[in-house]
Amino acid sequence: MELLVTIAKTVLYVAAVFGVTLLHVAYATYFERKVIGRMQGRIGPVEVGFRGLLQPFADMVKSLFKEDIIPAAADRTLFFLAPVIVVASVMTSLAVIPFFNNGAIANLNVGVLFIFAMASLAVYGIIVAGWSSNSKYSFFGSIRSAAQVISYEIAMGISLAGVFLMAGSVNLNDIVLAQREQPLGMFAVLQIVGFVVFVISAFAETNRTPFDLPEAETELVAGYLTEYSGFRYALFFLAEYISMYIMAALIALCYLGGWALPGFVTRALPFLEQVPGIIWFLIKVYAFMFFYFWVRATLPRYRFDQLMAIGWKILIPVSVVNIVITAFVKRWLM
Amino acid sequence: MPGSYIPSEYLPVFITLVLGTCFAVGALVLGELLRPRRPYAEKLSIYESGNIPVGEPRTRFDVRFYVIGMLFVVFDVEAVFLYPWAVAFGNIGLLGFWSMIFFLAIILVGYLYDWKKGALE
Repeated sequence: MELLVTIAKTVLYVAAVFGVTLLHVAYATYFERKVIGRMQGRIGPVEVGFRGLLQPFADMVKSLFKEDIIPAAADRTLFFLAPVIVVASVMTSLAVIPFFNNGAIANLNVGVLFIFAMASLAVYGIIVAGWSSNSKYSFFGSIRSAAQVISYEIAMGISLAGVFLMAGSVNLNDIVLAQREQPLGMFAVLQIVGFVVFVISAFAETNRTPFDLPEAETELVAGYLTEYSGFRYALFFLAEYISMYIMAALIALCYLGGWALPGFVTRALPFLEQVPGIIWFLIKVYAFMFFYFWVRATLPRYRFDQLMAIGWKILIPVSVVNIVITAFVKRWLM
Repeated sequence: MPGSYIPSEYLPVFITLVLGTCFAVGALVLGELLRPRRPYAEKLSIYESGNIPVGEPRTRFDVRFYVIGMLFVVFDVEAVFLYPWAVAFGNIGLLGFWSMIFFLAIILVGYLYDWKKGALE
Protein backbone atom coordinates (compact mmCIF):
# COMPACT_ATOMS: atom_id res chain seq x y z
CA MET A 1 0.00 0.00 0.00
CA GLU A 2 2.75 2.38 0.97
CA LEU A 3 4.55 1.43 -2.20
CA LEU A 4 1.45 2.26 -4.24
CA VAL A 5 1.24 5.73 -2.68
CA THR A 6 4.91 6.32 -3.48
CA ILE A 7 4.36 5.18 -7.04
CA ALA A 8 1.29 7.39 -7.45
CA LYS A 9 3.16 10.41 -6.10
CA THR A 10 6.11 9.75 -8.39
CA VAL A 11 3.83 9.34 -11.40
CA LEU A 12 2.21 12.71 -10.66
CA TYR A 13 5.57 14.38 -10.18
CA VAL A 14 6.97 12.88 -13.38
CA ALA A 15 3.87 13.92 -15.29
CA ALA A 16 4.20 17.47 -13.94
CA VAL A 17 7.90 17.61 -14.89
CA PHE A 18 7.12 16.32 -18.38
CA GLY A 19 4.28 18.79 -18.84
CA VAL A 20 6.34 21.77 -17.71
CA THR A 21 9.32 20.65 -19.79
CA LEU A 22 7.19 20.25 -22.93
CA LEU A 23 5.79 23.73 -22.40
CA HIS A 24 9.32 25.08 -22.06
CA VAL A 25 10.38 23.20 -25.18
CA ALA A 26 7.43 24.64 -27.13
CA TYR A 27 8.45 28.14 -26.16
CA ALA A 28 12.14 27.44 -26.74
CA THR A 29 11.29 27.13 -30.45
CA TYR A 30 9.45 30.45 -30.28
CA PHE A 31 12.33 32.02 -28.32
CA GLU A 32 14.83 30.72 -30.88
CA ARG A 33 12.89 32.09 -33.84
CA LYS A 34 12.47 35.47 -32.15
CA VAL A 35 16.13 35.73 -31.15
CA ILE A 36 17.47 34.66 -34.54
CA GLY A 37 14.92 36.86 -36.29
CA ARG A 38 16.03 39.90 -34.35
CA MET A 39 19.69 39.10 -34.94
CA GLN A 40 19.03 38.94 -38.66
CA GLY A 41 17.01 42.16 -38.69
CA ARG A 42 13.62 40.38 -38.90
CA ILE A 43 10.90 40.25 -36.26
CA GLY A 44 10.21 36.50 -36.11
CA PRO A 45 6.71 34.98 -35.76
CA VAL A 46 3.95 37.57 -35.11
CA GLU A 47 0.79 36.25 -36.80
CA VAL A 48 -0.61 33.56 -34.49
CA GLY A 49 -1.95 35.05 -31.26
CA PHE A 50 -0.61 38.11 -29.48
CA ARG A 51 2.91 38.76 -30.82
CA GLY A 52 2.97 35.26 -32.20
CA LEU A 53 2.74 33.67 -28.76
CA LEU A 54 0.50 30.85 -29.99
CA GLN A 55 2.92 29.89 -32.77
CA PRO A 56 4.29 26.78 -30.97
CA PHE A 57 0.77 25.37 -30.60
CA ALA A 58 -0.03 26.09 -34.23
CA ASP A 59 3.11 24.18 -35.18
CA MET A 60 2.15 21.27 -32.95
CA VAL A 61 -1.36 21.02 -34.38
CA LYS A 62 0.04 21.24 -37.88
CA SER A 63 2.50 18.40 -37.35
CA LEU A 64 -0.23 16.24 -35.74
CA PHE A 65 -2.46 16.61 -38.81
CA LYS A 66 0.29 16.16 -41.39
CA GLU A 67 0.32 12.98 -43.40
CA ASP A 68 3.00 10.67 -42.10
CA ILE A 69 4.79 8.96 -44.97
CA ILE A 70 6.54 5.64 -44.36
CA PRO A 71 8.69 4.82 -47.37
CA ALA A 72 7.78 1.51 -48.99
CA ALA A 73 11.38 0.31 -48.66
CA ALA A 74 11.65 1.14 -44.96
CA ASP A 75 11.69 -1.37 -42.14
CA ARG A 76 8.34 -0.42 -40.60
CA THR A 77 8.92 -1.70 -37.06
CA LEU A 78 12.29 -0.04 -36.66
CA PHE A 79 11.03 3.07 -38.41
CA PHE A 80 8.32 3.33 -35.77
CA LEU A 81 10.69 2.46 -32.94
CA ALA A 82 13.47 4.98 -33.68
CA PRO A 83 11.70 8.19 -32.56
CA VAL A 84 10.31 6.34 -29.54
CA ILE A 85 13.82 5.29 -28.46
CA VAL A 86 15.18 8.80 -28.89
CA VAL A 87 12.33 10.57 -27.07
CA ALA A 88 12.06 8.03 -24.25
CA SER A 89 15.80 8.06 -23.50
CA VAL A 90 16.02 11.84 -23.58
CA MET A 91 12.97 12.25 -21.37
CA THR A 92 14.28 9.68 -18.90
CA SER A 93 17.41 11.73 -18.31
CA LEU A 94 15.13 14.47 -16.94
CA ALA A 95 14.65 12.18 -13.93
CA VAL A 96 18.00 13.00 -12.33
CA ILE A 97 18.07 16.79 -12.78
CA PRO A 98 17.53 18.67 -9.51
CA PHE A 99 15.49 21.75 -10.44
CA PHE A 100 15.83 23.01 -6.86
CA ASN A 101 17.32 21.60 -3.66
CA ASN A 102 16.48 17.86 -3.67
CA GLY A 103 14.06 18.55 -6.53
CA ALA A 104 15.14 15.66 -8.73
CA ILE A 105 12.65 12.89 -9.50
CA ALA A 106 15.36 10.42 -8.50
CA ASN A 107 18.30 11.75 -6.52
CA LEU A 108 20.77 9.14 -7.78
CA ASN A 109 24.33 9.26 -6.53
CA VAL A 110 25.48 8.60 -10.10
CA GLY A 111 23.36 11.38 -11.61
CA VAL A 112 25.76 12.60 -14.27
CA LEU A 113 26.70 9.07 -15.36
CA PHE A 114 23.01 8.33 -15.81
CA ILE A 115 22.60 11.31 -18.14
CA PHE A 116 25.57 10.10 -20.20
CA ALA A 117 24.10 6.61 -20.36
CA MET A 118 20.80 7.96 -21.65
CA ALA A 119 22.59 10.17 -24.19
CA SER A 120 24.34 7.05 -25.48
CA LEU A 121 21.01 5.24 -25.75
CA ALA A 122 19.68 8.07 -27.90
CA VAL A 123 22.50 7.31 -30.36
CA TYR A 124 20.88 3.91 -30.93
CA GLY A 125 17.70 5.72 -31.91
CA ILE A 126 19.63 7.78 -34.46
CA ILE A 127 21.34 4.71 -35.93
CA VAL A 128 18.05 2.81 -36.08
CA ALA A 129 16.41 5.79 -37.78
CA GLY A 130 19.13 5.97 -40.41
CA TRP A 131 19.15 2.22 -41.01
CA SER A 132 15.41 1.68 -41.16
CA SER A 133 14.77 4.56 -43.57
CA ASN A 134 16.71 2.66 -46.24
CA SER A 135 17.87 5.88 -47.84
CA LYS A 136 21.44 6.92 -48.59
CA TYR A 137 21.13 10.32 -46.97
CA SER A 138 19.62 8.89 -43.83
CA PHE A 139 22.23 6.16 -43.60
CA PHE A 140 25.24 8.43 -43.94
CA GLY A 141 23.62 11.05 -41.75
CA SER A 142 23.12 8.54 -38.97
CA ILE A 143 26.68 7.18 -39.18
CA ARG A 144 28.13 10.66 -39.06
CA SER A 145 25.86 11.63 -36.24
CA ALA A 146 26.81 8.58 -34.18
CA ALA A 147 30.54 9.18 -34.76
CA GLN A 148 30.14 12.81 -33.74
CA VAL A 149 28.14 12.13 -30.60
CA ILE A 150 30.42 9.39 -29.29
CA SER A 151 33.57 11.43 -30.02
CA TYR A 152 32.39 14.45 -28.10
CA GLU A 153 30.95 12.39 -25.29
CA ILE A 154 34.52 11.48 -24.29
CA ALA A 155 35.73 15.08 -24.10
CA MET A 156 32.58 15.95 -22.22
CA GLY A 157 32.94 13.10 -19.74
CA ILE A 158 36.62 13.77 -19.05
CA SER A 159 36.12 17.52 -18.63
CA LEU A 160 33.38 16.85 -16.09
CA ALA A 161 35.76 14.70 -14.04
CA GLY A 162 37.42 17.98 -12.99
CA VAL A 163 34.14 19.05 -11.42
CA PHE A 164 33.85 15.70 -9.64
CA LEU A 165 37.36 16.14 -8.28
CA MET A 166 36.45 19.56 -6.89
CA ALA A 167 33.08 18.45 -5.52
CA GLY A 168 34.07 14.97 -4.38
CA SER A 169 30.77 13.59 -5.67
CA VAL A 170 28.92 12.59 -8.84
CA ASN A 171 25.55 13.47 -7.33
CA LEU A 172 24.19 16.61 -8.98
CA ASN A 173 22.68 17.89 -5.75
CA ASP A 174 26.02 17.60 -3.92
CA ILE A 175 27.87 19.25 -6.81
CA VAL A 176 25.60 22.30 -6.55
CA LEU A 177 26.06 22.51 -2.79
CA ALA A 178 29.85 22.18 -3.13
CA GLN A 179 29.95 25.30 -5.30
CA ARG A 180 28.55 27.75 -2.76
CA GLU A 181 31.92 28.68 -1.30
CA GLN A 182 33.79 28.69 -4.60
CA PRO A 183 34.88 31.98 -6.23
CA LEU A 184 31.68 33.62 -7.57
CA GLY A 185 29.78 30.57 -6.32
CA MET A 186 30.54 28.54 -9.45
CA PHE A 187 33.08 25.98 -10.64
CA ALA A 188 33.28 27.83 -13.96
CA VAL A 189 35.96 30.09 -12.47
CA LEU A 190 38.52 27.51 -11.32
CA GLN A 191 37.43 24.92 -13.88
CA ILE A 192 37.37 27.41 -16.75
CA VAL A 193 39.22 25.01 -19.08
CA GLY A 194 36.82 22.17 -18.35
CA PHE A 195 33.93 24.58 -18.70
CA VAL A 196 34.97 25.69 -22.19
CA VAL A 197 35.56 22.08 -23.30
CA PHE A 198 32.17 21.08 -21.91
CA VAL A 199 30.35 23.94 -23.64
CA ILE A 200 31.91 23.12 -27.02
CA SER A 201 31.06 19.43 -26.55
CA ALA A 202 27.51 20.33 -25.55
CA PHE A 203 27.02 21.99 -28.93
CA ALA A 204 28.29 18.87 -30.67
CA GLU A 205 26.26 16.47 -28.49
CA THR A 206 23.00 18.25 -29.26
CA ASN A 207 23.84 18.62 -32.98
CA ARG A 208 23.66 22.39 -32.86
CA THR A 209 25.43 24.87 -35.10
CA PRO A 210 28.42 25.04 -35.64
CA PHE A 211 28.39 21.25 -35.28
CA ASP A 212 25.02 20.47 -36.88
CA LEU A 213 26.57 18.21 -39.52
CA PRO A 214 24.09 15.35 -39.11
CA GLU A 215 21.47 17.75 -40.42
CA ALA A 216 23.75 19.55 -42.87
CA GLU A 217 21.05 20.29 -45.42
CA THR A 218 23.52 21.38 -48.10
CA GLU A 219 25.13 17.93 -48.24
CA LEU A 220 22.87 15.36 -46.62
CA VAL A 221 19.37 16.85 -47.09
CA ALA A 222 18.26 16.31 -43.48
CA GLY A 223 20.60 13.53 -42.40
CA TYR A 224 18.92 10.71 -40.52
CA LEU A 225 15.65 12.68 -40.57
CA THR A 226 15.34 12.72 -44.37
CA GLU A 227 12.55 10.16 -44.61
CA TYR A 228 10.69 11.27 -41.51
CA SER A 229 7.60 13.44 -41.78
CA GLY A 230 4.62 14.53 -39.73
CA PHE A 231 4.60 13.80 -36.04
CA ARG A 232 7.51 11.36 -36.15
CA TYR A 233 9.67 14.22 -37.35
CA ALA A 234 8.22 16.40 -34.60
CA LEU A 235 9.28 13.80 -32.02
CA PHE A 236 12.92 13.95 -33.15
CA PHE A 237 12.70 17.71 -33.05
CA LEU A 238 11.25 17.57 -29.55
CA ALA A 239 14.03 15.24 -28.41
CA GLU A 240 16.65 17.63 -29.77
CA TYR A 241 15.20 20.52 -27.80
CA ILE A 242 14.84 18.52 -24.60
CA SER A 243 18.46 17.45 -24.88
CA MET A 244 19.43 21.10 -25.36
CA TYR A 245 17.63 21.83 -22.09
CA ILE A 246 19.38 18.93 -20.41
CA MET A 247 22.80 20.16 -21.53
CA ALA A 248 21.92 23.70 -20.41
CA ALA A 249 20.77 22.28 -17.08
CA LEU A 250 23.98 20.25 -16.69
CA ILE A 251 26.06 23.36 -17.36
CA ALA A 252 23.99 25.38 -14.90
CA LEU A 253 24.30 22.65 -12.25
CA CYS A 254 27.92 21.62 -12.68
CA TYR A 255 29.58 24.90 -13.59
CA LEU A 256 27.30 27.84 -12.82
CA GLY A 257 26.13 27.00 -9.30
CA GLY A 258 22.70 25.56 -10.18
CA TRP A 259 19.80 26.66 -8.00
CA ALA A 260 22.06 27.77 -5.14
CA LEU A 261 23.27 31.30 -4.55
CA PRO A 262 26.94 31.93 -3.80
CA GLY A 263 27.76 32.01 -0.09
CA PHE A 264 28.88 35.64 -0.12
CA VAL A 265 25.62 36.81 -1.73
CA THR A 266 23.36 35.11 0.82
CA ARG A 267 25.49 36.47 3.66
CA ALA A 268 25.26 40.03 2.31
CA LEU A 269 21.59 39.85 1.29
CA PRO A 270 19.94 37.15 3.44
CA PHE A 271 16.42 37.90 2.11
CA LEU A 272 17.42 36.39 -1.24
CA GLU A 273 17.34 32.98 0.47
CA GLN A 274 13.55 33.25 0.35
CA VAL A 275 13.49 33.23 -3.46
CA PRO A 276 12.81 29.68 -4.71
CA GLY A 277 15.97 28.11 -6.12
CA ILE A 278 14.23 27.10 -9.33
CA ILE A 279 14.20 30.76 -10.37
CA TRP A 280 18.00 31.02 -10.26
CA PHE A 281 18.20 27.69 -12.02
CA LEU A 282 15.90 28.81 -14.83
CA ILE A 283 17.74 32.12 -15.27
CA LYS A 284 20.99 30.19 -15.79
CA VAL A 285 19.37 27.64 -18.10
CA TYR A 286 17.80 30.34 -20.26
CA ALA A 287 21.02 32.33 -20.37
CA PHE A 288 22.63 29.26 -21.88
CA MET A 289 19.70 28.64 -24.25
CA PHE A 290 20.13 32.20 -25.48
CA PHE A 291 23.80 31.44 -26.03
CA TYR A 292 22.83 28.41 -28.17
CA PHE A 293 20.73 30.64 -30.42
CA TRP A 294 23.29 33.42 -30.50
CA VAL A 295 25.96 30.98 -31.71
CA ARG A 296 23.57 29.56 -34.28
CA ALA A 297 22.95 33.03 -35.71
CA THR A 298 26.67 33.84 -35.73
CA LEU A 299 28.86 30.89 -36.74
CA PRO A 300 29.05 28.90 -39.98
CA ARG A 301 29.24 25.10 -39.98
CA TYR A 302 32.42 23.06 -39.65
CA ARG A 303 33.48 20.37 -42.08
CA PHE A 304 33.23 16.80 -40.83
CA ASP A 305 36.99 16.17 -40.69
CA GLN A 306 37.47 19.49 -38.87
CA LEU A 307 34.81 18.44 -36.40
CA MET A 308 36.50 15.12 -35.64
CA ALA A 309 39.91 16.82 -35.40
CA ILE A 310 38.63 19.34 -32.86
CA GLY A 311 37.14 16.58 -30.76
CA TRP A 312 40.02 14.12 -30.83
CA LYS A 313 43.10 16.30 -31.17
CA ILE A 314 42.20 19.35 -29.11
CA LEU A 315 39.35 18.77 -26.69
CA ILE A 316 40.38 15.33 -25.36
CA PRO A 317 44.05 16.21 -24.65
CA VAL A 318 43.05 19.55 -23.16
CA SER A 319 40.51 17.96 -20.85
CA VAL A 320 42.99 15.27 -19.71
CA VAL A 321 45.62 17.92 -18.96
CA ASN A 322 42.96 19.85 -17.08
CA ILE A 323 42.26 16.80 -14.91
CA VAL A 324 45.94 16.23 -14.13
CA ILE A 325 46.51 19.87 -13.19
CA THR A 326 43.35 19.95 -11.08
CA ALA A 327 44.48 16.80 -9.29
CA PHE A 328 47.97 18.16 -8.59
CA VAL A 329 46.59 21.46 -7.33
CA LYS A 330 44.03 19.73 -5.16
CA ARG A 331 46.60 17.31 -3.72
CA TRP A 332 49.31 19.81 -2.83
CA LEU A 333 47.95 23.33 -2.84
CA MET A 334 44.45 23.13 -1.36
CA MET B 1 20.91 -7.94 3.24
CA PRO B 2 22.61 -9.31 0.13
CA GLY B 3 20.27 -10.98 -2.31
CA SER B 4 17.20 -9.05 -1.23
CA TYR B 5 18.34 -5.60 -2.25
CA ILE B 6 15.65 -3.59 -4.01
CA PRO B 7 17.08 -0.56 -5.77
CA SER B 8 14.30 1.74 -4.59
CA GLU B 9 16.14 4.85 -5.79
CA TYR B 10 15.72 3.55 -9.31
CA LEU B 11 11.96 3.08 -9.08
CA PRO B 12 11.31 6.74 -10.03
CA VAL B 13 13.74 6.35 -12.92
CA PHE B 14 11.82 3.32 -14.13
CA ILE B 15 8.54 5.23 -13.83
CA THR B 16 10.04 8.10 -15.83
CA LEU B 17 11.17 5.68 -18.52
CA VAL B 18 7.71 4.08 -18.73
CA LEU B 19 5.92 7.43 -18.89
CA GLY B 20 8.39 8.76 -21.46
CA THR B 21 7.79 5.73 -23.68
CA CYS B 22 4.03 6.06 -23.21
CA PHE B 23 4.24 9.71 -24.22
CA ALA B 24 6.12 8.94 -27.43
CA VAL B 25 3.91 5.98 -28.40
CA GLY B 26 0.76 7.85 -27.39
CA ALA B 27 1.66 10.87 -29.47
CA LEU B 28 2.26 8.67 -32.51
CA VAL B 29 -1.00 6.77 -32.04
CA LEU B 30 -2.95 10.02 -31.57
CA GLY B 31 -1.38 11.36 -34.75
CA GLU B 32 -2.35 8.13 -36.52
CA LEU B 33 -6.03 8.77 -35.70
CA LEU B 34 -5.98 12.42 -36.81
CA ARG B 35 -3.94 12.56 -39.96
CA PRO B 36 -4.89 11.77 -43.54
CA ARG B 37 -3.38 8.81 -45.35
CA ARG B 38 -3.24 8.91 -49.14
CA PRO B 39 -0.15 7.04 -50.25
CA TYR B 40 0.90 6.39 -53.83
CA ALA B 41 4.03 4.88 -55.27
CA GLU B 42 6.00 8.06 -55.94
CA LYS B 43 5.29 9.39 -52.49
CA LEU B 44 6.46 6.19 -50.86
CA SER B 45 9.73 5.96 -52.72
CA ILE B 46 12.82 7.09 -50.85
CA TYR B 47 14.18 10.56 -51.41
CA GLU B 48 17.12 11.00 -53.71
CA SER B 49 16.92 14.59 -54.93
CA GLY B 50 13.96 13.78 -57.16
CA ASN B 51 15.68 11.04 -59.14
CA ILE B 52 14.67 7.43 -59.13
CA PRO B 53 16.84 5.87 -56.38
CA VAL B 54 19.96 4.17 -57.71
CA GLY B 55 21.63 1.15 -56.14
CA GLU B 56 21.54 -0.25 -52.67
CA PRO B 57 21.30 2.47 -49.97
CA ARG B 58 23.09 0.45 -47.30
CA THR B 59 26.40 0.78 -49.07
CA ARG B 60 29.85 0.28 -47.65
CA PHE B 61 31.13 3.12 -45.56
CA ASP B 62 34.53 4.23 -44.46
CA VAL B 63 36.39 1.84 -42.15
CA ARG B 64 37.56 4.83 -40.09
CA PHE B 65 34.13 4.97 -38.49
CA TYR B 66 34.90 1.57 -36.92
CA VAL B 67 38.24 2.87 -35.66
CA ILE B 68 36.45 5.83 -34.08
CA GLY B 69 34.05 3.37 -32.48
CA MET B 70 36.88 1.31 -31.00
CA LEU B 71 38.74 4.37 -29.74
CA PHE B 72 35.51 5.54 -28.15
CA VAL B 73 35.30 2.37 -26.08
CA VAL B 74 38.89 2.81 -24.83
CA PHE B 75 38.51 6.44 -23.89
CA ASP B 76 35.06 6.02 -22.43
CA VAL B 77 36.43 3.35 -20.12
CA GLU B 78 39.15 5.81 -19.17
CA ALA B 79 36.51 8.41 -18.29
CA VAL B 80 34.58 5.84 -16.29
CA PHE B 81 37.74 4.97 -14.32
CA LEU B 82 38.34 8.66 -13.67
CA TYR B 83 34.95 9.16 -11.97
CA PRO B 84 35.36 6.94 -8.89
CA TRP B 85 38.95 8.15 -8.58
CA ALA B 86 37.78 11.77 -8.62
CA VAL B 87 35.05 11.09 -6.06
CA ALA B 88 37.32 9.16 -3.69
CA PHE B 89 40.24 11.53 -4.22
CA GLY B 90 40.46 12.67 -0.59
CA ASN B 91 40.66 9.11 0.79
CA ILE B 92 43.01 7.21 -1.47
CA GLY B 93 46.29 8.91 -0.60
CA LEU B 94 49.45 9.16 -2.64
CA LEU B 95 49.30 5.63 -4.03
CA GLY B 96 45.85 6.23 -5.50
CA PHE B 97 46.95 9.57 -6.87
CA TRP B 98 50.02 8.22 -8.68
CA SER B 99 48.19 5.11 -9.91
CA MET B 100 45.82 7.28 -11.91
CA ILE B 101 48.62 9.49 -13.24
CA PHE B 102 50.43 6.30 -14.32
CA PHE B 103 47.24 4.98 -15.94
CA LEU B 104 46.79 8.26 -17.83
CA ALA B 105 50.42 8.03 -18.97
CA ILE B 106 49.77 4.55 -20.42
CA ILE B 107 46.67 5.85 -22.20
CA LEU B 108 48.75 8.77 -23.47
CA VAL B 109 51.23 6.40 -25.14
CA GLY B 110 48.37 4.64 -26.94
CA TYR B 111 46.83 7.96 -27.87
CA LEU B 112 50.07 9.26 -29.40
CA TYR B 113 50.44 5.98 -31.30
CA ASP B 114 46.91 6.34 -32.70
CA TRP B 115 47.63 9.90 -33.70
CA LYS B 116 50.91 8.94 -35.42
CA LYS B 117 49.19 6.06 -37.25
CA GLY B 118 46.57 8.50 -38.51
CA ALA B 119 43.64 6.87 -36.74
CA LEU B 120 42.36 10.26 -35.67
CA GLU B 121 42.16 11.68 -39.20
